[in-house]
Amino acid sequence: MSVLTNNLDLFLRAFGQTLQLFAVSAVLSLVLGTLLAALRVSPVPVFRGVGTTYVTVVRNTPLTLVFVFFVFAYPLLEILKIDEYTAAVVALTLYTAAFVCEVVRSGINTVPVGQAEASRALGLTFTQMLGNVVLPQALRSVVPPMTSTMIALLKNTTVASGFAVFQAGNIRETLADQGDNVLIGLLWVALGFVILVMPLTYVQQVFEKRWSVAR
Amino acid sequence: MSMVLFDVPGPKARVRHKIMAVVGIAAVAAALVYVVMRFVVTDQFTARRLDWINYKQIQLSLVEAIGNTLSAFAVGAVLALLFGAIFAAARLSDHAWVRVPAAVIVEVFRAIPLVIMMFFFYYGLPVAGVKLSAFTAVVVSLMLYNGSVLAEIFRAGINSLPKGQSEAAYALGMRKTQVMTFVLLPQALRAMLPTIISQLVVLLKDTALGFLITFEELLRWGTRIGGDAVNFGRPMIPVMIVVALVYIGLCLLLTWLATYLEKRNRRNKKVIKTDNPDAQKPVLMDASAAG
Amino acid sequence: MRVRTLAAVLLAGALALTACGKEGSPTDTAAPAGLFEVAKDVKVDGSPTFEKIKTRGSLIVGVKEDQPGLGYKDPTTNKYSGFDIDIARLISAKLGFDPEKIQFKTIQSAAREQALINGDVDYYVGTYTINAGRKEKVSFAGPYFVAGQDLLVKKDNTDITGKDTLKGKKVCSVTGSTPAKRIKDEKLTEEGNVLEFQGYSQCVTKLLNGEVDAVTTDDAILKGYAAAEDGKLKVVGKTFSSEPYGIGLPKDDKALRDKVNDVLQASLDDGTWQKIYDGTLGKSGSTAEKPKIDRY
Repeated sequence: MSVLTNNLDLFLRAFGQTLQLFAVSAVLSLVLGTLLAALRVSPVPVFRGVGTTYVTVVRNTPLTLVFVFFVFAYPLLEILKIDEYTAAVVALTLYTAAFVCEVVRSGINTVPVGQAEASRALGLTFTQMLGNVVLPQALRSVVPPMTSTMIALLKNTTVASGFAVFQAGNIRETLADQGDNVLIGLLWVALGFVILVMPLTYVQQVFEKRWSVAR
Repeated sequence: MSMVLFDVPGPKARVRHKIMAVVGIAAVAAALVYVVMRFVVTDQFTARRLDWINYKQIQLSLVEAIGNTLSAFAVGAVLALLFGAIFAAARLSDHAWVRVPAAVIVEVFRAIPLVIMMFFFYYGLPVAGVKLSAFTAVVVSLMLYNGSVLAEIFRAGINSLPKGQSEAAYALGMRKTQVMTFVLLPQALRAMLPTIISQLVVLLKDTALGFLITFEELLRWGTRIGGDAVNFGRPMIPVMIVVALVYIGLCLLLTWLATYLEKRNRRNKKVIKTDNPDAQKPVLMDASAAG
Repeated sequence: MRVRTLAAVLLAGALALTACGKEGSPTDTAAPAGLFEVAKDVKVDGSPTFEKIKTRGSLIVGVKEDQPGLGYKDPTTNKYSGFDIDIARLISAKLGFDPEKIQFKTIQSAAREQALINGDVDYYVGTYTINAGRKEKVSFAGPYFVAGQDLLVKKDNTDITGKDTLKGKKVCSVTGSTPAKRIKDEKLTEEGNVLEFQGYSQCVTKLLNGEVDAVTTDDAILKGYAAAEDGKLKVVGKTFSSEPYGIGLPKDDKALRDKVNDVLQASLDDGTWQKIYDGTLGKSGSTAEKPKIDRY
């Protein structure tokens, strides 16, 4: 217990950074992922191809590799200087967006064809149909898996530990520097994540039950 | 698949699509050209920076690194499948004293980031006098995390089987263990095969987290050769491209195996149609829980 | 589509496996031949380690593999080179064993004491700082080099001249290392400006890209990197700690320790030590002071 109470400031700061990293990457990846999903269902084959290629490549690449690329390889290209924090946000966003895209796309696929056909009969354009008819309906089958994706993102922020970005994964280093018990410290970190993730899992299950309406 | 969202395009729409296609291709091409230009301008593809691939020792060490990644994957996968099967069965047990702890363990291990688990086994346990090699720490963490996810997948699979299956088995006089091991688990395994394999893809990618605890796997090999200033002037970009291609190749092979098995499964009449259309759901969700 | 990807992967794999590999290294890092004359009929009375080596007929030496100029394993040849390696070779020769036949074994910092206690290596040469805590578990010959924490900066950098000029600068070091801890403890720069990565090589990459202003650790290690980056980097040269590097030996083998100390003393006197330095760390352009052997 003393490991936690003596370092309460460190734990709060670190988990605060984790949540901040999570929030920024979550918003950005939701935007990028939805755009990618729009590409993947677009009537223009080239757009679909771009979306599919992106998702295939990113989903089959380890997140750690994306991090290594943005922290150690990207600066060599001398395009735009980014600090470690930005690099972490970019890596997490690009990676998570591919999963967000798949969740949104499969959500769209659950909306019955008749809905799209009816909107077209009413003369709506593709964008109107997607934005006003299909996506709102897709939402409820999207929310539970999206929550899972976001839980994964929250946990994935710890990958930044190896890349000089301060967050909950780095608590160990500071504790080791101070000569505190790392074993106990890591158990507290684990507990911190359980506390953060459990409510999300619960919410997800509630939504899943409430919204699993038969069509 | 997504063709349902729009009508077959008419002449006007076709022209519009063609224009958009041209714009799209131009944009993608411009982006690609820009990136390649940056590669060339900053001398990423000079002979010196590509020379590493010619050396026998480096090729051998690459093969060795891929071997380490694959063996962590293989051992981790087998252990995770075992862990998953045992805990799925435990969560479906009739006894609360088995069911409740199993549920708690599965939920807790799903909530802890893999990185924290690896740190715990590699940096934490030595405090208590238990020394694990980086390989063991990686494999044990992969087992606990992916095993817990697989337990949920198995459970969903078993729950999706028609009730008649277990009822018939009980009617034949089988005991609970027999019903589980001979009737339910094998069928659940088959029904959930694509999901299980996509979780294994996640496991394969997660071996790269071993990088953070100095496990000598493919990514660590990449940073070592890519950071070699003495011989090759830091060929980080070309090396990382090769490493990424290897990972993507391995994952696609596994995914391809999943599609192949799924197709074969669909032809197979012996597989029981599950009555729960949501059976596939946890799959997608958990497949995204990648590290 | 899938089949094509598969074919591409297999093709790439086949290429990688069948590519006719080059042998040898693009940069010749071998020690000058004949530098070490193999002594004959060496006797170290009362040394259990020496007896063990004699029965085996060759030496097993623990070293590091990721520090250019000090202890570095060339990935193209799997051969070791550097100052530490040459010191290890020198001792081997003076003990009467062909330095070409040494089996080098890479041992991580954290595992050094255990490797000596277990007898996995006969001796250890790899930026091994002599201190009281370690002396309880192993014994040290030397020091063969006195390093100190220093700063590595870009060649054209003029504002970083020592540890007190680091305020507001980004400083990089290795996660959990003593140098990183010292920077933080002495508050030489703001907390957010200390970057920690897994290896010095990664820090040097960041330094070359201009993303950090300085890399800090023992000057010997920094000199190795400065030498490897031919002229792009320089070591500031104002050390702010003292790290006497010793040769780690099994505890209670005083006979061997005395012998190794004699060898080191002789090499300091006859200029061999200087030759070794000039051929490795000296390439960075900095000079070094000769250490004083401490026979405790």
